[in-house]
Amino acid sequence: MRLGTDRLTIQYAGGARPALDGVTLSIPSGCLTAVLGPNGSGKSTLLRALLGVSVPSKGTATLEERDVRAWDRRELARAVGVVPQSETVAFPITVREMVAMGRFPHLGPIQAEGWRDREAVDKALERCDISDLRNRQVTTLSGGELQRVRIARALAQEPRALALDEPTASLDLRHEMSILRLLRNWTDGGMTVLLITHQINLAARFADRMILLDRGHVAAEGTPSEVLRREVLERVYDWPVKVDEDPVTESLRVVPLS
Amino acid sequence: MTRSRTTAAVLILAVAAAVLLAVRFGSVALSTGDVLDALRGRGDPVTRDIVVGLRLPRALLGVLVGGGLALAGATFQALLRNPLAEPYILGISGGAAAAAVTVLALGLVSAGSWVLPAAAFGGALLAIFLVFRVASAADRSLDVRVLLLAGVVVGAFFSATIALWFALSEASTVRSAVLWMMGSLAGADWRVVVTAAAYTLPAGFVLVALARPLDLLAIGEETATYLGANVEQVKRIAFGMASLITAAGVAVAGVIGFVGLIIPHAVRLVVGSGHRALLPLSFLAGSAFLVLADVVARLVIAPAEMPIGVVTAFAGVPLFLVLLRASLR
Repeated sequence: MRLGTDRLTIQYAGGARPALDGVTLSIPSGCLTAVLGPNGSGKSTLLRALLGVSVPSKGTATLEERDVRAWDRRELARAVGVVPQSETVAFPITVREMVAMGRFPHLGPIQAEGWRDREAVDKALERCDISDLRNRQVTTLSGGELQRVRIARALAQEPRALALDEPTASLDLRHEMSILRLLRNWTDGGMTVLLITHQINLAARFADRMILLDRGHVAAEGTPSEVLRREVLERVYDWPVKVDEDPVTESLRVVPLS
Repeated sequence: MTRSRTTAAVLILAVAAAVLLAVRFGSVALSTGDVLDALRGRGDPVTRDIVVGLRLPRALLGVLVGGGLALAGATFQALLRNPLAEPYILGISGGAAAAAVTVLALGLVSAGSWVLPAAAFGGALLAIFLVFRVASAADRSLDVRVLLLAGVVVGAFFSATIALWFALSEASTVRSAVLWMMGSLAGADWRVVVTAAAYTLPAGFVLVALARPLDLLAIGEETATYLGANVEQVKRIAFGMASLITAAGVAVAGVIGFVGLIIPHAVRLVVGSGHRALLPLSFLAGSAFLVLADVVARLVIAPAEMPIGVVTAFAGVPLFLVLLRASLR
């Protein structure tokens, strides 16, 4: 599943500058690509544009070389599963019902679930290790459990790519690590993963590629060692940093200086 | 799903029983045998007139209006993502009532029995149109927060219109207007039943066909889009169909409160929030509830009739509180 943009510009009404300004990049198939950047640098806008929700003022976002706005929404939902930053549930639903919503693009409007759907839901619950939560109300879950339910919903779509907007924000160390390990495993199994995160060091450890955004522009793009360079990071984050290799994980480590 | 099936079976029986009760009891009590004879065109002609000409159309109108209000209420709750939503929240009842009071105050009702429902329907459509226009952005997307706000404000305007007519009208006009606004199934005849069915049933089927996308709206529009729903289309159709059902209901039976608010919640407590079960079961539960409420309304202070809205509130509120309490245990 290849994603890409071509001179993509997105200007929100009333915004002083474009949220994305002439961005051209490509996200290769079968890789875990991390999108980094300060708050307001355009990370979430990039995700929305790649999924055809934000309308470009100029340029295009493409999926499999085809303009994303030309995709049928149901077809798109069968290809890409999305975990947005947050959502609020208006009515009480169970974990099973929430995950089964991922079957929507595979089902007719009033069609009952078939065995294929039940199997996909069971498998998604299992892969996220939440099978024992299936009858719980989603409002009673902890933050870590809820995030895994939302990821399971995206998996139940049986997509070829996953896009996640800060899925581990506000999670403790163990839950954060377990989600990142799942994403890594799925990538190794052939899934294309796009991960928006503020965790530079964990991204350096788990991601194949990185995109560093700065006020709507691409500041750097490539492997972690190509992107995580002191002078680039200091300019983008406007803070002094040191970049070295973590002796334990042997991946790059960014340490903010005081 | 087995729970939904059981509930559906119970509710279908409840609707049938309610209709039978409504046809049997009234100023003249009839046996089930009398009723069956009358339906087959046999027996006493007076009994036949009562059953086929008066009580059956009235019971069927209760089925359509009660079911329609509950279905519309469940839809508005999903559309507005607000458990407090009910069919009248977007000013439809206000538009209908303002138009109805206007024709009453101007004495236009003497032109025929069709004038009042026609005016009420027109007023409801005007309110729907105004609210829709205000809430539609330049790109034709519909912001449900604006929809809610516009609905409440449009409703307030129509309330003021009604108050103005009350201040200018005779006491007898005010009384008949108030009685109309509290709702009644007394205007039922076969023509009215067919008209109500022509609006309620097709729109109801369209809403049931939107069940899965309405499920997705409960977790937010952006997520629903990512899951493959055409959110703007779903919102427009749901708003249009639920509004049409409400407008038809108000036109033929006035403003009957509580059915559209409490029935969907009661059904949700039993079968959960999935709209594939919630929407059709709300229709059945609303039908049974309103037909029974009408039986009570006709009997308790016979030969006078109690406003049906009083019965729905007096019976519905305690029933709902008991269910709510039970769900918290």
